[in-house]
Amino acid sequence: MSSSGLDEHRLSSPETWLDQHGDALYRYALLRLRDPHRAEDVVQETLLAALVARERFSGVASVRTWLIGILKHKVMDQFRLQVREVPLDDPAQVPERDDPTDEGDFAPSGSWRERLSDWGNPEEMAERGEFIAFLQRCLDGLPRRLAQLYWLREVMEEDTETICEEMAITPNNLWTMLHRARLGLRRCLDRTWLNGLGHGGK
Amino acid sequence: MLTCKDASHLLSESQERQLSPRERWGLRLHLWMCVSCRRLERQLAFMHRAMRSLRRRAESEANAAELPVAARERIRRALREGQGQSRD
Repeated sequence: MSSSGLDEHRLSSPETWLDQHGDALYRYALLRLRDPHRAEDVVQETLLAALVARERFSGVASVRTWLIGILKHKVMDQFRLQVREVPLDDPAQVPERDDPTDEGDFAPSGSWRERLSDWGNPEEMAERGEFIAFLQRCLDGLPRRLAQLYWLREVMEEDTETICEEMAITPNNLWTMLHRARLGLRRCLDRTWLNGLGHGGK
Repeated sequence: MLTCKDASHLLSESQERQLSPRERWGLRLHLWMCVSCRRLERQLAFMHRAMRSLRRRAESEANAAELPVAARERIRRALREGQGQSRD
């Protein structure tokens, strides 16, 4: 069998995509969505979409690259669903005061309610403490849409334009959400991790 | 005059975009006077660096994962059904 014949054969049997690329697709989705069930779902959606679209597969890219390309959009659809729980297009609709992550940081005058504690040399402390575990817990404690955006931007290092385009939000919306996520995380680390290390002095 | 809240927005946004000269100057002036915002600046920078460790950890966890057998079989069935439909 020639190699092109082999490729055609592979393309015509989607079950081999599942066998050969299922794990890779699942890992890609799991890393971004951090939820096994959602990751399984998007892998299924991806393969079904690929099945429908297989005539359009040009054969220039590898099957894996083609499938990952479809998966990327499916993952973004999932993000969009979660982030859209609150309308983002209208900043007035994002209730800043009601958001638990903004509560308490600033007085009405715009000053900090309390002086921020000195974290000293956090890098050195992070080596000793269970820092990453605290960080993960604090991230999980954020409102889901904030945590997702923050994960996508700061951990996956997805660029701003891609996020805004895929989520159909403005850069200003994104920055506001990221700011809230950062302050929420900061406050959580301050309360849990720093306190546990016996710091948190004024 | 920038408030601490304004300054916190600019500090966060400086990780997303280039601040204008005017914003940079306002922020620098505010930081010079405000110990809390100086601490915030250092804490945000630390958190930003820490995300790399989080990413490495998440990647090694994800790389060790396999598509669960039950999900695999469910997807296989869905693909067979889908194929059957596309042949009709």
